Amino acid sequence: MAYSEKVIDHYNNPKNVGTLDKASKSVGTGLVGAPECGDVMRLQIEVDEATGVIKDAKFKTFGCGSAIASSSLATEWLKGKSVDEAVKIDNMDIVEELNLPPVKIHCSVLAEDAIKAAINDYRKKNGLEELVFEEKGVH
Amino acid sequence: MLKLPIYLDNNATTPMDPRVLESMIPYFTEHFGNAASRNHPFGWEAEEAVDYAREQVAKLIGADPKEIIFTSGATEGDNLAIKGVFEMYASKGNHIITANTEHKAVLDTCKHIEKLGGEVTYLNVKADGLIDLKELEAAIKPTTILIAIMYANNEIGVIQPVKEISTIAKKHGVLFFTDATQAVGKIPVDVIKDGIDLLTFTGHKMYGPKGIGALYVRRKNPRVKVTAQMDGGGHERGMRSGTLNVPGIVGFGKACELCRLEMEEDTKRISKLRDKLENALLQLEEAYVNGSREHRLPHVSNISFKYVEGEGLMMGFNKNIALSSGSACTSASLEPSYVLKALGLGDDLAHSSLRFGLSRFTTEEQIDYTIKAISETVLKLREMSPLWEMYKEGIDLNTIEWAHH
Repeated sequence: MAYSEKVIDHYNNPKNVGTLDKASKSVGTGLVGAPECGDVMRLQIEVDEATGVIKDAKFKTFGCGSAIASSSLATEWLKGKSVDEAVKIDNMDIVEELNLPPVKIHCSVLAEDAIKAAINDYRKKNGLEELVFEEKGVH
Repeated sequence: MLKLPIYLDNNATTPMDPRVLESMIPYFTEHFGNAASRNHPFGWEAEEAVDYAREQVAKLIGADPKEIIFTSGATEGDNLAIKGVFEMYASKGNHIITANTEHKAVLDTCKHIEKLGGEVTYLNVKADGLIDLKELEAAIKPTTILIAIMYANNEIGVIQPVKEISTIAKKHGVLFFTDATQAVGKIPVDVIKDGIDLLTFTGHKMYGPKGIGALYVRRKNPRVKVTAQMDGGGHERGMRSGTLNVPGIVGFGKACELCRLEMEEDTKRISKLRDKLENALLQLEEAYVNGSREHRLPHVSNISFKYVEGEGLMMGFNKNIALSSGSACTSASLEPSYVLKALGLGDDLAHSSLRFGLSRFTTEEQIDYTIKAISETVLKLREMSPLWEMYKEGIDLNTIEWAHH
């Protein structure tokens, strides 16, 4: 199976690899997937408390090239968005942007789950109610 | 000069030796006859070529030429041996013993046998990939007709104790069939010394052509018979009908001869390169060899690099190095390698494995390049791996509640 150029580019030059201080109140961390399933994503956002805008995003991913590319792309999209906008990122946008084949759609779902988990972690830390999301259940 | 891309997936298939190709060419055009045409020189030429090749093939495994049945490959041989014995010996019993690390061609054939009313015992293997001989013997019952255990495993290269297995089989009057696809041509295989009753192998794993293989069927002590699974002109002593693939057979014969003459020298060189590769890669932290290192084919190494995923790893160099992984992502099923899981490896380690298969044509420069490329990619991906970070922080990954999906 050949990878799309965009997947290869994110794999070779991943954006925003790294770790934010997960103890910080302005940082939300989402850890999704499982080692047994062959992919684990950790996505972190740092929110500007005054504006509610995501000023930084970092990821680390254990997984195939498509999983790495999906999380790398997600961090790029998150930066500069408000938390409310970030919630709306849909896995199919990632599929489209990266030209993921059907067997790799679960990578995009995982990235969406990671975004939502990070947002909920941030909300929890700041005394806000956690959002309830519909199960995508593709993976 | 270093030649790219580097092919290290020789357990999947090998390149054909140019000397093999050369031997085949006249049999496509000039000597195109049907080996079953008994009444003219075209047929005689073809028959002569087949007879000669049959001797070359037999000699490599210490068999008599009459005991060689040409097939289309190892999968057909697996089917013919298992289904053929099941049918032929139905009056004696219906129980077959095999192991859960066998190739799918054996496992799926056994599943088929179960549907036909047969009974199959699937032995577990030990952590090193070897079967437990005591378990094997204990599994034998009065209805057992066949033990089907591979000679060497395609994923981890582990060599089963074939002689001991055949001794047990003989003691209980049970036939012993072995899929020797990965072993023949790479290590000495002798059907007499090893006590094998049926054995299958194929040309394309030993520098020969694809689409041609052989099933060895013992003729003496005991005389073994299999029921044909393909009916027709009664070729191959009635066990496998179909016009013989003469050019394929000629090439297969040549490939067998080359292996017989050059195996010893090849093995010395290849095992040195394999050891160099393996030892260098084991310098990386948290890298483990899968399966026995002692009882193993000289050209195979299967290594797990913990905390990186196999397909992601291969993507770092697959433009230049061809390999296989036990990772789920490389298969259609999204399940990691059942062979590695049978060794007791967790799914996470199975996902992190690479299989290296060297060949007659692998060079030291290629191995040096591979060591460098893989080491660099492992380090790069670990920097990107949340699991590696947790491991480095001393977090036990088993204590985390993962969201299984």
